[in-house]
Amino acid sequence: MKDLLYLPDVVTLKLCEETCNGCGMCVKVCPHEVFELAGKKAHIIRRDYCMECGACALNCPVQAITVNSGVGCAAGIINGILNNTEPSCGCSGSNSNCC
Amino acid sequence: MKDTFSIGKVPINGTSVPLVSTMLNSADFMGAVMVRWGINRDNYLVSPGLYAFGSPGPTSDVFVTANYKLSFDTLRKNLSGVNGWILVLDTRGVNVWCAAGKGTFGTKELVSRIKLVSLDKIVNHKRIILPQLGATGVAAHIVKEESGFNVHYGPVRASDIKRFIDDGYRSDKEMRRVTFGFEDRLKLIPNDFIYGKFYLLGAMAVIFIISGLTRNGFSYRDFSGEGGPAILSVFLAYLSGIVITPICLPYIPGRPFALKGFITGSIVFLILLSLNLKGKNIFEIVSWFLIITAISSFLAMNFTGSSTYTSLSGVKKEMKISLPLQIGFAISGIILQVIGKLN
Repeated sequence: MKDLLYLPDVVTLKLCEETCNGCGMCVKVCPHEVFELAGKKAHIIRRDYCMECGACALNCPVQAITVNSGVGCAAGIINGILNNTEPSCGCSGSNSNCC
Repeated sequence: MKDTFSIGKVPINGTSVPLVSTMLNSADFMGAVMVRWGINRDNYLVSPGLYAFGSPGPTSDVFVTANYKLSFDTLRKNLSGVNGWILVLDTRGVNVWCAAGKGTFGTKELVSRIKLVSLDKIVNHKRIILPQLGATGVAAHIVKEESGFNVHYGPVRASDIKRFIDDGYRSDKEMRRVTFGFEDRLKLIPNDFIYGKFYLLGAMAVIFIISGLTRNGFSYRDFSGEGGPAILSVFLAYLSGIVITPICLPYIPGRPFALKGFITGSIVFLILLSLNLKGKNIFEIVSWFLIITAISSFLAMNFTGSSTYTSLSGVKKEMKISLPLQIGFAISGIILQVIGKLN
């Protein structure tokens, strides 16, 4: 089925093509085919499909990718606002409400 | 949680590893259905550690998963005909992807678990297969540095594992892509429906109390006459946000979930209006529009947390605009309700 698209032009994903060593890990781990390997370097080809999961940044062995990943659910953000912290699920074990 | 899935023990290196079946039994099926409705959710775990399936040996593959029993069962039911080992990480009973996002299905836990079970003495190779969605929490190059094991990211869905192995431990594009189809969305709804119950009861309580208001104070006749339809409206708004919007997600216009919830809520309101169920005066009618759309929009916005394609930045942006509107609508709606009753 067709890929669903969320809000355009908002994600914090950045790739430094100079630093990239062409290993292709980002292509392997991305769940939405945001990257493509071409000419021995990775490129972002579907930026708006990025969900900021962070798998690419974490698995890049040369740290060529940065993205602001973290708890991305509305409930977590509300929780963060109420407790004056970063967004957090509050489901760290005993209260497994969301996941 | 009681172990209903071990079918024996495999002696190895002076100790023994539980042997598990690759066929799910009725307890597994029942458990899966119930946990989707939030029943026994907190207890639906397996112990972390090493398990065997088939007739594994030192050359057999190692598959890693979370200690949420649904994850464990989904993995093993797709391994029939294969021989190997399952390494279960302690993710506090949370599934692979969510746990990876939180860091519990992470580099540290994986390296530590590999050492705890002495994996290097169980297999004579250095290959360890992880679900692709574990990549959100695991840095493969660091696992290699700290444990000597090479992480191979397998497919997103366990149902593709055998094909992955047959293709020489390679995932094709389809195996790497996460979608959010009708069945995926449907499976998430019962849980959201149950966990939202406090929102629902709270909203119903407020509306019920207002329904009994007349110019002369509270009227029992008005409670029983108007209370029913009022509570039904709140319930329908709840259904609109938690059930209808997720089901129809791709077909509702607008990218923000709050907007989709607003649209579905408006449709529910119009249907109720056309059935002449929305009150006698203009205050009541407008108030119901505001209340129903506020509830539906808020709950639909919450569905972003269960979705597989929304980004944190996008949700923040959506909320900055929608949350104040939803709160504003709800409060105005309640005020207009009261005015309408006292009129």
